[in-house]
Amino acid sequence: MRFGLLGLCCASLAVAADLPVLIQNATILTVTNGVIRGSILLENGKIAAIGEKVLAPAGAMVIDGSGKYVMPGIIDCHSHIMIEAINEGSVSVSSMVGIGDVLNPEDIAIYRALAGGVTTANILHGSANSIGGKTLVMKMRWGRSAEEMKFQGAMPGIKFALGENPKRAGNITGFGFAAPGQAARYPATRMGVEDVIREAFNDAKVYRASWDEYKARTARGEIAIPPARDLKLEPLVEVLEGKRLVHAHCYRQDEILMLLRVADDYGFKIRTLQHALEAYKVAKEIAAHGAGVSTFSDWWAYKMEAQDAIPYNAAILVRKGVLTSLNSDDPELMRHLDKEAAKTMKYGGLSETEALSLVTINPARQLMIDNRVGSLEVGKDADVLLYDGHPLSNFSKVLKVWIDGHEYFDRDADIQQRTRLEIEKKALIGKAAAERSLSRPAGSGQTVRVQGGPAL
Amino acid sequence: MKLRFRPTLILAAIITASTAADMAAQGPGAYVLRDARVVIVSGPVIEHGTVVVRDGLIEAVGSSVAIPADAWVIDCKGLTVYPGLIDALSTWGLSGAAAAPPAQGRGRGAAGPPTGPPSRGPEDRPSNTSYLKAADEISPTAPAIEMARNAGFTTAVVFPNQNIFSGQGSVIDLAGERAGQMVVADSVGQCVILKTNGFRSFPGSLMGTIAYIRQIYLDAEHYTVAKSVYEKHPQGLQRPQYDRTLEGVIMSPRVLLPAERQVEVLRMLALARELKLNAVLYGGHEAWKAVNELKASNTPVLVSLRWPQRMADNDPALQDPLRVLEFRDKAPSSPGILARAGVKFAFYSDNAGAPRELLRNAKKAIDAGLPPDDAIRAMTLSPAEIFGVADRLGSIDKGKIANLVVADGDLFQDRVKIKYVFVDGAKFEPLPEAPPPGRAGRGAIPSAAEEQN
Repeated sequence: MRFGLLGLCCASLAVAADLPVLIQNATILTVTNGVIRGSILLENGKIAAIGEKVLAPAGAMVIDGSGKYVMPGIIDCHSHIMIEAINEGSVSVSSMVGIGDVLNPEDIAIYRALAGGVTTANILHGSANSIGGKTLVMKMRWGRSAEEMKFQGAMPGIKFALGENPKRAGNITGFGFAAPGQAARYPATRMGVEDVIREAFNDAKVYRASWDEYKARTARGEIAIPPARDLKLEPLVEVLEGKRLVHAHCYRQDEILMLLRVADDYGFKIRTLQHALEAYKVAKEIAAHGAGVSTFSDWWAYKMEAQDAIPYNAAILVRKGVLTSLNSDDPELMRHLDKEAAKTMKYGGLSETEALSLVTINPARQLMIDNRVGSLEVGKDADVLLYDGHPLSNFSKVLKVWIDGHEYFDRDADIQQRTRLEIEKKALIGKAAAERSLSRPAGSGQTVRVQGGPAL
Repeated sequence: MKLRFRPTLILAAIITASTAADMAAQGPGAYVLRDARVVIVSGPVIEHGTVVVRDGLIEAVGSSVAIPADAWVIDCKGLTVYPGLIDALSTWGLSGAAAAPPAQGRGRGAAGPPTGPPSRGPEDRPSNTSYLKAADEISPTAPAIEMARNAGFTTAVVFPNQNIFSGQGSVIDLAGERAGQMVVADSVGQCVILKTNGFRSFPGSLMGTIAYIRQIYLDAEHYTVAKSVYEKHPQGLQRPQYDRTLEGVIMSPRVLLPAERQVEVLRMLALARELKLNAVLYGGHEAWKAVNELKASNTPVLVSLRWPQRMADNDPALQDPLRVLEFRDKAPSSPGILARAGVKFAFYSDNAGAPRELLRNAKKAIDAGLPPDDAIRAMTLSPAEIFGVADRLGSIDKGKIANLVVADGDLFQDRVKIKYVFVDGAKFEPLPEAPPPGRAGRGAIPSAAEEQN
């Protein structure tokens, strides 16, 4: 609750023009170019300079970074925050739906993720469908509209899901037949999941061919009625044409191999295998396909297909040459992805830089936004975190977060505003109570109106 | 108050007197409302004006109007004449399946009860009765009609609202013996509700519902193209399949989209822009946060008169977050901010209670900064403009339909009495407001049980 209040204030803190920011004497973890002790300059939304000595431009805000650490903003490759719908569970192929239609820029989880250093996230819906809906990459520009939070230029994606969730959704008996008052939804087995995916891409190819035929006929001067646009198949055609990234929720090695074979058969690529707790068993095959893996550090055993997991998964995948990241899948875990990354040093012996890569440059590469974010390099977006200690330490906290050079989180300002917001809240509660007592009949003979507000 | 009866009219008045228990009605004829304060809405107030009504229409209005010899003259000294009030989104008079619960579909929407076989996608046309017309579902004897009229409402824009594509709204005058007489315009828009079918049947989520709406409009566009190509070249082409759900969408001149919070306003504006819809938003309690976008897109808003409040049966230990408290606190300010920004808006009842309550609820918007003139406009001319019937309704102008309400003072005063209501030129005299049921009488203190509700 208390954190909920904080969020509101920072929305009103937005400044129109951002001054250049120079952080001096800090330990700068660039991720891609080693560690530098010196300064970093954020100007016009970009990283303008990194070096041992950087001159402060006129009007710059200068921050003394002595004893502090600077690193690139954290990127979460799998999150369900800021959306007002989780699953379109009624159908096995729900590619007609999209996250873009249900974004909620007021979700307090955005602000909390910021406080944990996340600046960019891949937003997906749930995993009820073999082929799910369209995904978006968002920047955590708290206080802005949904449209303004979109990561412009990032490739759109689509969610797939294998295993227990898509075969269970709509099949509450678990055996593919109807419960009372329920209709069973196909598929009810892992075999069925593969079939659904293959059928959907067959349909997509027929759909694409129908447009090709229509274009050919009109080009020949024939009269023809155009095919109807199909919002379910259009994203699948984009997948076939390499214009949309596939992010597939999966756990077991057998279904991972299945999906890679299906993709090879139909001539498209799986961009990331999400969760993929058994990926360490088939790392070679995953690397050969060119898929990335976005997994958990040590979160498993929450269902049968998540039993055979090991905390070494990420480290093994890295060593086998698979592009690997760590994701949250959860608004709470999202706030400490830095600590999740640190665990791979204990389990698997990754270096500091390799560990940090799992939540910065690697997810950026998986989402194909690494030319913009994921490391501290001159010319990249100024998505930058300031820590009071080493980010991989359990005792370090995020002090400030910039996105595009704009400060979206400041720990001190946050703490200062808690009292003010508490007063504001008490005043509103008092005002509402006073109004309620005024509208009581008190001799007027009016009814006491009992009204329900909208579900908030 | 003096009525000057003319001998020829007395008989007529007796013959046409309504049999309704609490209402005296006189059918259309010629009436003169003399020496009234006339709030014409389309222009400045006439302090001492006369309105002449004949055969259901306004024959003349002004400060020096000749009084016809055959008219029933009503001395309105000290009274104020307004255009009849319009409920911009209503279910009054709707009967049967088209009648609706409160607009639960707003925002996240409520899961409907499972009926029929589950739908497997947009092609099954789930929750779609776009072809329904409110005008075909009106019951002239519905009790809501008389209650609304007694409160000064002469017109309602009635919409079916049971489905995602609920059907077409109609502008209905709130008096008549047969439904057909009451209809002013039969199809003024399509009402969309963002409801879902749960996990069982498509669409099962808000994103599914929005995707479905998008697919329907694309299908409607394709249907139009396919039909026109086929009409020109029927030989050698497969005929397009007839689809009444698309016909209903195509024949609706505008679409009503629900938008309560700012994020919903922006979401629906984006959808309307993408699909090139002639959109009207309804809800509007946080529309004040999106006035710039509303103004830029020239999108009208229907503002619900059911102001958000804490549920009376909420857990007293449960504290609402600041965001929710602010939402409730600022909602009545929304109309004033829309008015200042020049965004067109109208009020609607939204099942806020008895029709008499609506004026009291509108008064809250006035208390929160809405100029009283704009409040009246939002219940008269603005809804008429939004639904394209301002050439016949919404103001006291020569030639318009004679829908009038005569009150003994300012409509938003707490103890105002409505003396006469004219609907299509027929005169009604509401009886005083009956004390609410279940109460010992005026001044009674609510029982503990009611307090705890």
